[in-house]
Amino acid sequence: MARKIMFKDAINEAMRLEMERDEKVILLGLDVAGAAGTDQPRDAWGGVLGVSKGLYPLFPDRVIDTPISESAYIGAAVGASACGMRAIGELMFSDFMGVCFDQLYNQAAKFRYMFGGKAVTPVTIRTMIGAGFSAAAQHSQSPYSMFAHVPGMKCIIPSNPYDAKGLLAASIEDDDPCVFFEHKALYTMKGEVPEEHYTIPLGKANIVQEGKDVTIVALARMVQFAEKAAKKLAKDGIECTIIDPRTISPMDWNAIYSSVEKTGRLVVVDESYDLCGVASDVCGHVAQNVFGALKAAPQMVTAPFVPTPFASNLEAAYLPDANKIEAAVRKTME
Amino acid sequence: MKAQLSKEDLLKAYRKMREIREFEDRVHVEFAKGTLPGFVHLYSGEEAVAVGVCEHLNDLDRIASTHRGHGHCIAKGVELEGMMAEIYGKKTGTCGGKGGSMHIADLDKGMMGANGIVGAGPPLIAGAALASKLRKDGSVGVVFFGDGASNQGTNFESMNFAVTLDLPMIFVLENNGYAESTSPKYSAKVGSDNIADRARGFGMPAVTVDGNDFFAVYEAAGEAIERARKGGGPTFIECKTMRYFGHFEGDAQTYRPKDEVKGARANDCPLKRFAAAVTSAGLVEAAELEAIDKSVLDQVEKAVKAAEAAPQPDLDALMADVYVSY
Ligand SMILES: Cc1ncc(C[n+]2csc(CCOP(=O)(O)OP(=O)(O)O)c2C)c(N)n1
Ligand SMILES: [Mg+2]
Repeated sequence: MARKIMFKDAINEAMRLEMERDEKVILLGLDVAGAAGTDQPRDAWGGVLGVSKGLYPLFPDRVIDTPISESAYIGAAVGASACGMRAIGELMFSDFMGVCFDQLYNQAAKFRYMFGGKAVTPVTIRTMIGAGFSAAAQHSQSPYSMFAHVPGMKCIIPSNPYDAKGLLAASIEDDDPCVFFEHKALYTMKGEVPEEHYTIPLGKANIVQEGKDVTIVALARMVQFAEKAAKKLAKDGIECTIIDPRTISPMDWNAIYSSVEKTGRLVVVDESYDLCGVASDVCGHVAQNVFGALKAAPQMVTAPFVPTPFASNLEAAYLPDANKIEAAVRKTME
Repeated sequence: MKAQLSKEDLLKAYRKMREIREFEDRVHVEFAKGTLPGFVHLYSGEEAVAVGVCEHLNDLDRIASTHRGHGHCIAKGVELEGMMAEIYGKKTGTCGGKGGSMHIADLDKGMMGANGIVGAGPPLIAGAALASKLRKDGSVGVVFFGDGASNQGTNFESMNFAVTLDLPMIFVLENNGYAESTSPKYSAKVGSDNIADRARGFGMPAVTVDGNDFFAVYEAAGEAIERARKGGGPTFIECKTMRYFGHFEGDAQTYRPKDEVKGARANDCPLKRFAAAVTSAGLVEAAELEAIDKSVLDQVEKAVKAAEAAPQPDLDALMADVYVSY
């Protein structure tokens, strides 16, 4: 049995191994080392939640603290990657995308196509998502569908430590721009992670469990909630398949279609919104492509269409949870 | 300078600074108990900046604040009880419990919000100042921002924008020596120790003052605000100051020298310096300041008790107020 480590340590390990393997890999971000310009020892922070701690002492030239200038440093990660580096840009919270988005959606994502297939931009943006910490409207969002809407960017959303390590390694080694979304509630989740280097292919879903009655598609932290709901439903004889797509661009449509062909029922769980989001997108694709297999209307379990509230009772009501998933599954069984 | 302030003004300024200090020190204590939700960034140590500036403002003047916003709110006249309840996520909070520490706003008081996005304030206040200019009501816009935020593109663009349109806008840079754990010596090299030197390059008057000296801030802000009210355009004021707590509550602060804060509290505390200046000049009796201290302590205690007792928001608040109409 492999050792168990935390999600955030799996991310740290993936970065370390990639930096060891390839000296073109660099990390840019706010306080990714820390204490720059002070008289105190560096590596004081290792990122705001300590995810990159310990990397600076190993790679002092390649772990680069930046000014609070996201347009400049995320853009520089893109530019450096277009010039032979393999940069990781850490955008602390995905909510801060607004400060730097042009460098990603008009630049990184479009170079290859616009330049007639001549450009390679192997940049990886790591960024936090997720509510549940009373962090309110500007530090709790999961805006990955806005990234996935842009052709030319890959969107990776791990749900456990093993996947986090393998998918981040794959993202860094991938030759296209990748945006890697880390749910902050998962950082302390422990799981089995091999010590050696490995990758998980981008675009390949994980079948978390198989059951004959309903297909649940869930992302990131929602996978745990889906498992909890499935356990409860199993007691009533309702068997669920849980699919974790792991990447939403590319999306493993075949895994979803072939499961729905078997179960005939679909519930999509997403911490983000239904309007123009992953949940509506999955329902739409399934309706178009495997409509004949459906025995019930597909259900979406998402956050309501409001910003993330601060008060803990409102935030709890806002978030999808196992009860809401259970209710949606039962609805497809009516 | 001190003479220009009436005794009443002096006592009011001191009271505001004391309110900020007690409020923040108490939030620090409550947060350590694990009862407060979310991220909290405290303003203790920087009181003279917010109060020195806001003493010149009225409710028509707009300010934009930062993640470290409690001090700006109090200085601009936001009620303590509502603020405390907001930090507790309660229905009686300034924003009904929906915003929290990082989003306290009171538009009636001209307080356009604390802000979770570093560098979001300057463009918003450029807009407030543009509205002031078009309305010709003599009001001004003031943006508070940190040394870290001074590196954000929005800030550079707003400086140019304010000069281009000759806006009644004041940029108040709170240089407390750190952006999280990063020093401006690393991230804001300007060829001098003063970030204000950048602003001069944009074509506006810029000064650097001792931000722990209420009177220095008050004087610089008074000049800038008067100029702006008369149509003289934007000004940049850099205030050198110090935060007494971590970047946020829970920060181990290994990037700071051990005695940095201890020394500042002893020798450079804005409240102590204010008290020494006004009592030694014979403008105010020490006992009058002590009476304020006591009264503020009671006020903060009351705010905490009220916040603890207040109910959480009603659940239907979840769906309310996304739009005016939809
Ligand atoms: C756009 C954006 N980038 C990064 C952050 C994370 N962050 C919050 S406060 C902060 C440091 C701000 O430093 P400074 O402007 O000096 O203000 P201080 O905290 O010292 O008051 C950072 C990096 C953020 N909230 N928004
Ligand atoms: Mg600072």
